[in-house]
Order: sequence, then structure tokens, then C-alpha cells
Amino acid sequence: MTALTIRAVGAQALLEDGGRRGLAHLGVGRSGAADSASFTLANRLVGNQPDAACVEATLGQLSVTTDETVLVAVTGAPVELSRGGTGCAMNAPFYLRAGETLTMGWPSAGLRTYLAVRGGLRGATVLGSVSWDTMAQLGTPPLSPGDVVEVGDAVAAVPVTDQAPMAPMTNAPIELPLLLGPRDDWFSAEAIAQLSTGTFTVTPDSDRVGARLAGPPLPRTRRGELASEPMLLGALQVPTEGRPTLFLADHPVTGGYPVIGVVPARAVPLAAQARPGQVIRFRPQPASSA
Amino acid sequence: MTAPAVSTGRRPRRRRYGDTGWLLDLDDNDEVHRWTAAIRTAAIPGVLDVVPGLTALLVVLDPGSTSSEAVASALDGIRPAQAGVTSGEHHLIEVRYDGDDLYDVARATGLSVEEVIGAHTATPWRVAFTGFAPGFAYLIGGDPRLVVPRRPEARVRVPAGAVAIAGEFSAVYPRTSPGGWQLLGHTDAVLWDLRADPPARLRPGDVVEFRRAGPA
Repeated sequence: MTALTIRAVGAQALLEDGGRRGLAHLGVGRSGAADSASFTLANRLVGNQPDAACVEATLGQLSVTTDETVLVAVTGAPVELSRGGTGCAMNAPFYLRAGETLTMGWPSAGLRTYLAVRGGLRGATVLGSVSWDTMAQLGTPPLSPGDVVEVGDAVAAVPVTDQAPMAPMTNAPIELPLLLGPRDDWFSAEAIAQLSTGTFTVTPDSDRVGARLAGPPLPRTRRGELASEPMLLGALQVPTEGRPTLFLADHPVTGGYPVIGVVPARAVPLAAQARPGQVIRFRPQPASSA
Repeated sequence: MTAPAVSTGRRPRRRRYGDTGWLLDLDDNDEVHRWTAAIRTAAIPGVLDVVPGLTALLVVLDPGSTSSEAVASALDGIRPAQAGVTSGEHHLIEVRYDGDDLYDVARATGLSVEEVIGAHTATPWRVAFTGFAPGFAYLIGGDPRLVVPRRPEARVRVPAGAVAIAGEFSAVYPRTSPGGWQLLGHTDAVLWDLRADPPARLRPGDVVEFRRAGPA
């Protein structure tokens, strides 16, 4: 059986796939790759099924050795890549030869780098997914040096031969569309204006649950507590005290604070790569125009 | 599916939840379960999940296979049955009332320990929704005298099977986890089992009765 051996991990290295769908009513969130765009691209480059499990390396520094020659691709937060001491390119498939070690440096921008292997990776499948849900503590536990990860057979197509054209990831301020609602009516006109004109900085306590944001106050017009209601990927939840949180892959399935707006699905991957200190600007859109 | 000819209920307010969901505001939790059942029965293409909250529900859709608008118009055509309350499974859970916060709850409520236990076992509870952790069911419908705040500080470790109350809710911790609720006792009932399908024994709409377990 072909397998990778984990030699080193950076801040965190997780197996993530397409996640668990349709279980939120039982208290189980979707989880899965935080930057679903980079994840899908990595699988496409090696000809995998779109939801095949990859390694999601937070802040790079991942190092893996393969026992047999495998086709791999690395996407997401840009890192220096070395394969047996020689540099290689991101966003393009390449072979990692039997016995060779692939090593990632620190990302120059972004947070999460994806390593796909042709055939996908195997882990402990829990409720149909290997994804480690950091909040629910479900799935394949975080990878550590010495772990051996088997390569699977989740192959769908012939690999891509080209490099995928990618907009460069930078640390410049990012702009996110925000569909107002469902609870924008809990907030004052001033709060909505602050969303358009204010800048929000990602704070260091951000994680896969959500990006926590420091920014101008978002005053409410309604007192009292919101009856606990379901939460969704991309939701911008505003607690009474504390920082607004933009929910990412491991967000809670229900919450008791109002959601002022929701980042549309296509823009969530951008939010998932925003690193602490990076500035976010929102482009709020009334719910009716979406 | 045939809709009843007469519908007396007002239409719930439908609120956009980004481009992957719709939130329906409802009057109470019974309405949430009636609408959840009706939407599940309607099997709208592209709908991934119907997630209950206390007085709202979320319809989660897959933007790759449907559109918000298509799901919205399908939702607007749904009329839940008016008759009765949709009823889930009935669970009887035996509890040993030996929790660390039993005396604090008695003090806070002005009841005796016996009265706290009596109040907790007297009324059937209902799973309003889940959250906090996999399989964690928020139970409502308890004796109003049992409304207590959370503990000022959460415990780092609450064991699986701990039976607790906070606010208007009761719950059984399905797995060992941190927790800030007031602990009344514990049960040996297994409420979260990954080998079971579904893994959560208590599901939204289910009815739960607590019974005092005999001496060990």
C-alpha cells in the first residue's frame, strides 16, 4: 500500500475532504477543507474525485516522505516547495519519487496550503468523512510527525498537465461581498454604514471555526437575546461583547447572536485564507438584490 | 404531496441567509418541527439539510445544484399539516440525581433537592434543536421553576451522560466536553454512538422523560 509518512508539521496539518453534509440537525457541522477552492483545484490537478481527502497545512512547514512514486499537487497559501532538495512549483502536478521528501516553507501570504496526492488520502472516516472538525473533535485527529497516511483510489480523471493560472495570494486588504441578513434588522443604520466603510482586521485568535475581526462597533437597535438559531458557513455573527466572527468550516451549527450578513459561498475561500493582521473590507448588498 | 385545502397559519417570514440558505421565522418550537417535517417531506431538489432552531429553521441548499430562488419558490408552496404536533420518538431516560450542582440549583430556585428532582422528572421535555456539540439536544418544556443561569465559570470537563439544566433548557451531555450548565445528575444511557445510524439518539422533535433511577 502506497503511503506518506509525515516528517514535520507546522501550526497544524489536518486531513480534510468535502466534509459531512446534511447532519447539522444532529449537531454535526460540515467541516471539510476551509479553502474549498484551493482544495478542489488540488484534486483537479492530480485527477482526483473533487472531494478526495488532502492535507490542509496551516502556516506551511509540512514535510512528508513517500514510499512509492506518487503524483502530487500543492495549492493554496503560497509556500516554497522542495522535493529532495530541488525547488518545485505550486498549482501544477508533479511526481514525488519513492523515498523522496516534500517540504513546505512558510507561506508568504494566506494561511492554508493543500497537498493532494493522486488517489486521495485515507484516514479515520467518521460519518462519511475523514475531515477533522476542530470544534466537534470528530474525524481523523491532527497529523503528527511519524504518522503514516495511506494513499487511496479516489481517482476520477487523467491529471492536468498544465500549471493552473491563479490570482496571486497577497497580504493586501481583501474585499468580501456580504449579503445582508438574516438579522441585519437587529442593527442600526450606523452599523450597516460601518460595514461598508469600516476596516476589519483579522485577529490572532482566528481558527477554522471562524475569522475573528477587530473593527468599528456595530451598534444594535434591539435589546435582548436572540433565540438560538442555525448558523451557516460565511455568516458574520456579532456578539454583544467581543469581536464579530466570520464563520468558517468548523463553525457551530447553532448560535445565540445575530448574523448581520453572510459572505457568499464563492468568496468564503478568500476569507479562509485571511491571516491575522490582514484587513477585510466588506461590500454589503441588500438581501433583495442578491 | 397534497396540501390541506384550508390553511389558517400565517406564512412564516422567509429571510435570506447568504446564497446557501433560507431562514424561516416561526412562532414557536412546535411550528419549527411542523415546518421541518413538511420541508423534509417535500424533498426539494438541492436542499442539503433542514436545521431547526428554537423559533426559526434553516434550509441549507447546494448552490452548485440549485438556486436560492428555486428553493424559495418551492418553500413558498409548502403548507404544513395543521393537525396536531408532529411527534418524534419517545425516550425514557433514567437519571441518578447526584450532580455536583444539585444543591446550588435548589438554593437558586428556592426548592428543596427533592422538589428539584420532582420538577425535572414531572414534565415531558422536547428536543427543540441541537448544537454546541454533536448530538447535544436542547430540551424545552420543563417546569418553569427550574430556570437557572449557567454556572459563572464553565467546567473544563463534563462527563458524557451528565444531566444538566441552564436557562429554560435541560440536556444530557452526549460526549465528555467542557460545559457551563448546572449538573443535576447522570445517566448511563448512551446518547451519541458513531456506530448507530443516526449517531444521535435524541433528535429534534423527540420527547424525553427523565425518571429517577433506583438505588445502585
